[in-house]
Amino acid sequence: MRNPAEPMLQVDDLHAFYGKSHILHGVSFTVGRSEIVSLLGRNGVGRSTTIKAIMGDVPPHGSIRFKGHEIAGLRPHQVARLGLGYVPENRDVFPSLTVEQNLLLGCKSSKPTGRWSYEDVYRIFPRLRERATTPAGVLSGGEQQMLTMCRTLMGDPDLVMIDEPTEGLAPMVVELVGNLLTEIAQRGVSILLVEQKLAIALRISHRLYVMGHGQIVFEGTPDDLAANAQVRRDWLEV
Amino acid sequence: MLELITFSTLNGLLYGMLLFMMASGLTLIFSMMGVLNFAHASFYMLGAYFGFEISRRIGFWPGFVVAPLLVGAVGALVERYGLRRVHRYGHVAELLFTFGLAFVLEELVNMFWGKLPVDYRVPPSLDFVAFRLFDTTYPAYRMFMLLVAVAMFAFLIAVLTRSRVGLIIQAALTHPDMVAMLGHNVPRIFMLVFGVGAALAGLAGVIAGPALVTQPSMAALLGPILFVVIVVGGLGSLAGAFVASLLIGLVQTFAVAINVSLADVVGAEAAARLGDLGTVTVAQIAPVIPYLLLVLVLIFRPKGLMGTRET
Repeated sequence: MRNPAEPMLQVDDLHAFYGKSHILHGVSFTVGRSEIVSLLGRNGVGRSTTIKAIMGDVPPHGSIRFKGHEIAGLRPHQVARLGLGYVPENRDVFPSLTVEQNLLLGCKSSKPTGRWSYEDVYRIFPRLRERATTPAGVLSGGEQQMLTMCRTLMGDPDLVMIDEPTEGLAPMVVELVGNLLTEIAQRGVSILLVEQKLAIALRISHRLYVMGHGQIVFEGTPDDLAANAQVRRDWLEV
Repeated sequence: MLELITFSTLNGLLYGMLLFMMASGLTLIFSMMGVLNFAHASFYMLGAYFGFEISRRIGFWPGFVVAPLLVGAVGALVERYGLRRVHRYGHVAELLFTFGLAFVLEELVNMFWGKLPVDYRVPPSLDFVAFRLFDTTYPAYRMFMLLVAVAMFAFLIAVLTRSRVGLIIQAALTHPDMVAMLGHNVPRIFMLVFGVGAALAGLAGVIAGPALVTQPSMAALLGPILFVVIVVGGLGSLAGAFVASLLIGLVQTFAVAINVSLADVVGAEAAARLGDLGTVTVAQIAPVIPYLLLVLVLIFRPKGLMGTRET
């Protein structure tokens, strides 16, 4: 039934609209098993829209196959239940609930059952253990970012899509986030990373895509991108 | 004087807790959907009639258990096959839908049970005097109502703050999209909340029916007070709804019991200049007091006592 050679996620000719404006113009890419793939590009080129369309939060037009299922047209909670995790850019913690309660809501049943336990989360980010009973709304930006990432992991996704995890974080926290991403991939979870910062993407990604004007304009390895000054100048550097 | 205060306080608390049983559901539904459910008091009426019908055939206690569940099921169906479809046409359409539903339910009750009050009675097992203070007695049934309302309140708080479903509801109130993307079926949670809200209103109807009057206009009589409660408390605030319920319950009960007019306070001569206004007693204006409160709150504190958003 399932072809083992088929990638974890395969997006083909994806279009998306906000009202009448056409945001995505036929985006195609793949993410393999345990692979870290980055989606780069300047603000407003459609990176966030791409992952929202995959989640079903923005209506997608085109084909999205995840673990062999066609998921275009499914509702967000159905997509999530198939094993696709999403970490939003705006650090959407549930402010009135405690850190621990936020983590609990990441689980799809009453207890964590998959690759991740509370203990894992608290080991990677000891700050979250210290603040386990604090309402999430009073955490710092960095702590909220850690919490949103870990909350999604508690649901044991097979692929996580992470939108700008290092935006506005102090360098030391960026380092922590980078370590977590590596640990996620080591546990056999694929990552689709949306980033603007080239450095972290080049350091941890296996493959990269660059987007411009709602389309993919470059595909390659970090080495390919490092060697291609033209793409960086035209589509990435400000 | 002491007995007046004791009984008015008890009755006021009881009335307030009954109001809260309805206001809590209405508040949760409003927080989730952003829409006032005009049919909420109709669920209270349905509860009383279902309770009456079951008590007539089988007995009070089966009705006490089954009627709220039936009302909850009606509420869940209304959400699933009515509101959810209307939702895509916007808030005005939803508002009109619930407004129309209130009339439909009232007419249905008219059709099945007639326009006259029905004979929904206190069960014999609770028909005795709970205690006597001086020459006044207090019926056991009222103590039972108070007990049920307090138990319901404790249950609601426990579910919302301790259970996983309660936490999901809390999160879905403010971040429905994020909750869905973590794999929780938000529309089903909405249906559940609507159903439980309706069931709570139904339970209020089942226990209030025998003590008050079970008649088709009971929804229309109570509905406006309910809106006063949630606006005064602050739209969307459960704590505000609780405070406002008790406040209005106590204010209305005490007002009815106070037979003081302006003439009694400032003297007959000074009051005479005001004409008839001087001789109006507090008890006579009691029904207006909640609405006066509503107007004052809207003028001086539009977001309500404990609300966070403008009404």
